[in-house]
Amino acid sequence: MSEGTLYDKVWDEHAVTELPTGQTQLFVGLHLIHEVTSPQAFGMLRERDMEVAYPELTHATVDHIVPTADQSRPYADDAAEEMMSELERNVRDAGIQFSDPTSGDQGIVHVIGPEQGLTQPGTTIVCGDSHTSTHGAFGALAFGIGTSQIRDVLATGCVAMEKQKVRKIEVTGELGDGVEAKDVILEIIRRLGTDGGVGYVYEYAGEAVENLDMEGRMSICNMSIEGGARAGYVNPDETTYEWLKETDAFADDPEKFERLKPYWESVRSDEDAEYDDVVTIDGSELEPVVTWGTTPGQGVGVTEPIPTPEDLPADKRETARQAQEHMRVEPGETMEGYEIDVAFLGSCTNARLADLRRAARLVKGREVHPDVRALVVPGSQRVQSAAEADGLDEIFEAAGFEWRNAGCSMCLGMNDDQLEGDEASASSSNRNFVGRQGSKDGRTVLMNPRMVAAAAINGEVTDVREMKEVTVA
Amino acid sequence: MSETDTDIPEVTAVSGSGVPVRGNDIDTDQIIPARFMKVVTFDGLGEFAFFDQRFDSATPEESRDGDGGAVDENDDPKDHPFNDERFQDSSVMVVNANFGCGSSREHAPQALMRWGIDAIVGESFAEIFAGNCLALGIPTVTADHETVTDLQEWVETHPDEEIEVDVEAETVTYGETTVDVTVDDAQRKALVDGVWDTTALMKSNAQAVRETAQSLPYVSLDD
Repeated sequence: MSEGTLYDKVWDEHAVTELPTGQTQLFVGLHLIHEVTSPQAFGMLRERDMEVAYPELTHATVDHIVPTADQSRPYADDAAEEMMSELERNVRDAGIQFSDPTSGDQGIVHVIGPEQGLTQPGTTIVCGDSHTSTHGAFGALAFGIGTSQIRDVLATGCVAMEKQKVRKIEVTGELGDGVEAKDVILEIIRRLGTDGGVGYVYEYAGEAVENLDMEGRMSICNMSIEGGARAGYVNPDETTYEWLKETDAFADDPEKFERLKPYWESVRSDEDAEYDDVVTIDGSELEPVVTWGTTPGQGVGVTEPIPTPEDLPADKRETARQAQEHMRVEPGETMEGYEIDVAFLGSCTNARLADLRRAARLVKGREVHPDVRALVVPGSQRVQSAAEADGLDEIFEAAGFEWRNAGCSMCLGMNDDQLEGDEASASSSNRNFVGRQGSKDGRTVLMNPRMVAAAAINGEVTDVREMKEVTVA
Repeated sequence: MSETDTDIPEVTAVSGSGVPVRGNDIDTDQIIPARFMKVVTFDGLGEFAFFDQRFDSATPEESRDGDGGAVDENDDPKDHPFNDERFQDSSVMVVNANFGCGSSREHAPQALMRWGIDAIVGESFAEIFAGNCLALGIPTVTADHETVTDLQEWVETHPDEEIEVDVEAETVTYGETTVDVTVDDAQRKALVDGVWDTTALMKSNAQAVRETAQSLPYVSLDD
């Protein structure tokens, strides 16, 4: 059993009592909700004649179904309008704060929490969304829950949980040029498997992780769930505190910041903490990683050959064969040169300001390939306006990208932004599952945002290290 | 009826005929594609279970009668166990490794439950999916690869015969065979003792919850 890790400490701080099942009743410090997974939970609450126990610790946004082109109400899609109206009713009745599109604060739930300072070290955060692990970048214990558990949290402020094991993943060395946080996490999932993290919480550590900005740390923690780990975190440090200082929570309240900082420091994993498992990866050896298959674990360095199914462990072969047939890739070839039809720069993994800036440096002065449909979907309205203030929208639009409004968009195709037919997409999102981007024959290649920009320009998967960039504001 | 009166059934064992759904890493997007989640209730999701594996039509509009009602039964059914007439009354699903990976959508087990699934036997399950099943009283029991594939083969040849999933004893019995399976401790207790609906249970500790909240430096309550 682990001891002295951030996970152990935050768990202990929030444990209310042990339940008859042996599970722990764990207090939830922040409950984030959105329109897709919460309406049924509010319905169950009404059926049981119960009220929201802690509306002041609950925060809502709309992201999955929101259109990214025309956002005028009522939405053109009746189902989307119904979901939005239901959310509006639920938050109004319960007195829950709502970052709706008219507030200028709307966005993907895992983008707005951190940018508003709702996400803080040493807190417990849940949301009916598996990418809630993102918030672990701040040293929070954050994980996705299902709708019945949302009902639990709404009604009681708690979830019933079993304690998990902790695996420390140490990424040593310095990342090479063109290698980003996204490549680190794709490599981790490739090595440990899509189910390697089941039963574990991942602690990301080591020089390569510590040197990342908060956006990079969020990209890594975001995809913990793709490796089977329900939660992942990075210990809070000065980089974390610098981010927090600028947020709504602390910008006007430096006293609160100073008051909470000792708590944040206290939850850091101890130097002599014990882990259930430790894995070390040499970050300096990595190159940009792209996926060749239909699970996030089916990744390969951009210059490496796609594996032959027969060379894989027995339990991976059939999935690999099916994936290669779906993707129409050949073992032994590289992904470099794989033709794409769509470039999607967005999602809770990679649509923050730093991601868009990095991509814009590559795009400036270039043009999107004539056969490619390319779109940028900022992670939030604040990211969007900050990017526009920097002139990033003009750079992207001049190159031929569409510049859209904030939302989940083509990551999962619940609005109009979807792949059509067997289109292939270079995507900065997190899942390449069959059908994920809205077409069951669609083909998704996951990669870092600069790689997406490079693919958009060349019309094919491209090694970003071979392209020069220019400086933008 | 107040919450404390809610009757939570004990699930000590589940029996029914089986349906094999083969393959590793079957994700929740396959179990229920996101486009069918544009709803505010879970009603009627059963028809959309494994939709893209079962039908060729791409959009809900095409896949429905056009009135938002039931799926057109003539809609290009494909080769999938959920389309197979032999398995239409099955309630015990037999799956392989990492079943239910991906999204946290409870729509996935809700769709399976509404299709008719009461228990799942598999090599392994994604964590959030298993938790969502538990919240619905659906056991997710595990066994090794060989045991599971043997059971899948048996189900293929005995589609009408009963499988008994004994949660309490941690066994699965089919034909003349009984095999040991694993049920997570908390899951077994929750199901067998009928405490898998945790809302009332946790609500009864409201005072302790408030005390925990007040002890945390970052929490400020409205009171």
